Amino acid sequence: MSDLPRSAAVGEPRLVRWTLIALALGFLALFLIVPLVAVFAEALRKGVAVYLAALREPDAVSAVRLTLLAAAVAVPLNLVFGLAAAWAIAKFQFRGRSLLLTLIDLPFAVSPVIAGMIFILLFGAQGWLGPWLQARDIQVVFAVPGIVLATTFVTFPFVARELIPLMVEQGPEEEEAAIVLGATGWQTFRRVTLPNIRWGLLYGVILCTARAIGEFGAVSVVSGHIRGETNTLPLHIEILYNEYHFAAAFAVASLLTLLALVTLAAKSLLEHRRREPMPAVEPAIEAA
Amino acid sequence: MLPGFGLSLGFTLGYLSLLVLIPLSTVFAKSAALGWTGFWEAATTARVLASYRVSFGTAFIAAALNTLFGLLVAWVLVRYPFPGRKLIDAVVDLPFALPTAVAGIALTTLYAPNGWLGKPLAALGVKAAFTPLGIIIALTFIGLPFVVRTVQPVLQDLERESEEAAVSLGASRWQTLRRVVFPAIGPALLTGFALAFARGVGEYGSVVFISGNMPMKTEIAPLLIMTKLEQFDYAGATAIGAVMLLVSFVLLFTINLLQWWSRRRTA
Repeated sequence: MSDLPRSAAVGEPRLVRWTLIALALGFLALFLIVPLVAVFAEALRKGVAVYLAALREPDAVSAVRLTLLAAAVAVPLNLVFGLAAAWAIAKFQFRGRSLLLTLIDLPFAVSPVIAGMIFILLFGAQGWLGPWLQARDIQVVFAVPGIVLATTFVTFPFVARELIPLMVEQGPEEEEAAIVLGATGWQTFRRVTLPNIRWGLLYGVILCTARAIGEFGAVSVVSGHIRGETNTLPLHIEILYNEYHFAAAFAVASLLTLLALVTLAAKSLLEHRRREPMPAVEPAIEAA
Repeated sequence: MLPGFGLSLGFTLGYLSLLVLIPLSTVFAKSAALGWTGFWEAATTARVLASYRVSFGTAFIAAALNTLFGLLVAWVLVRYPFPGRKLIDAVVDLPFALPTAVAGIALTTLYAPNGWLGKPLAALGVKAAFTPLGIIIALTFIGLPFVVRTVQPVLQDLERESEEAAVSLGASRWQTLRRVVFPAIGPALLTGFALAFARGVGEYGSVVFISGNMPMKTEIAPLLIMTKLEQFDYAGATAIGAVMLLVSFVLLFTINLLQWWSRRRTA
């Protein structure tokens, strides 16, 4: 090994190296950085006054409110689910465990449009429960409950996907020790499990929230597109854009872009804390 | 033995069934109600077939582009130290974090004939927005992190010693790459390709703005489902939905298989 320095033996010549770096950075700049800059440039094109007016407009405010409401229902539900699923899968062995893991990933594999459609097939006028709901004058699709349901569906796996690998890796030994020492199940969970998983849990909640706020396709199918009533922020952007209010559309879009940047920053920070790379933002269908 | 098995598994299965499994089963129940001929007619009209072609074709090309550039980005991030590498590494996840509608309007504005990138392209005689090329651009954006994030950890774990061994046995750098490095990252590359492809086939938000949505030419299958739902043609929408779901399940199964294969190789 002494004849050849490591970099020469298993590396590339300087020129090749810098060419590859330049190509990679060029590709990323073109596909990621330019669109990012464009959002803010377009948002501020007509000045700060127009920018702020677009965010203060009543329809925008009600879209913010509905978006936050959907997230406020979807995230806690999926948080409880994530904890329960991770507890069952990580701490116990049972038949059908890997099938369950695959099923939890299903919402990631389904097109957002189909995620919306299934709730129309279930709760729409011609749906399974449609006549029953109509007789009681309950509106689910094309109304707020449909938006909440669709949002909950698409964000279903996020917390579970974050927690399962983490808790599988930690194994059940620490909890078993606590039980043997006389702790109750709830005490064990609160004092042993929760401190061990807090960063993963926090990251899962951030991802889940970000996706709940940004979801477009599924919500678009079940929304009635009624301004001021059933429009979330992404749907509000769509309407503004299609009506050629470009500056206003990008102003609202810049809010969601900031949220995305916060998500990325949170990922980097938490990764630094845990000293190991985290699964990507959308863990998709890893590790079954 | 730890407590809470029955409770946690019971809640998991109940919630999974109510929110995911039962709603998804409506697609197949509704398709079955159409009868075989009814289903086949609804799922294979000329316009529907054209939408499959657009969706699968553009998703395939975008996933292929992402495989090439994803490998390049992962390689550069793992092997070459350069200033700002950490920042670039964090930015790679942007397409996962950015809401698709935002990506959609940003890309459309950029690639429109009078946009920052559309104008120079138009001068070269290339139309990007409102053509299949526009769809490919949007899907490349959306799928970009998949290949990088599946290949990167495998490259990181790859032992440099095996490359050094190859060199000391007289292999050229190119031979080492072809015989040692590429076989090791092959399964991860394929997984990344499949993930990007699966995502691209179902993608809606980032595509609808840039595609122009012309039936038979730039209409993707998810948009056609949307159109049919708006016209209350639930049978038509469900038939396309069932085909897309089946494809998603096959892809999900393939990806699981690929990952199992990849783990067995590295183990």
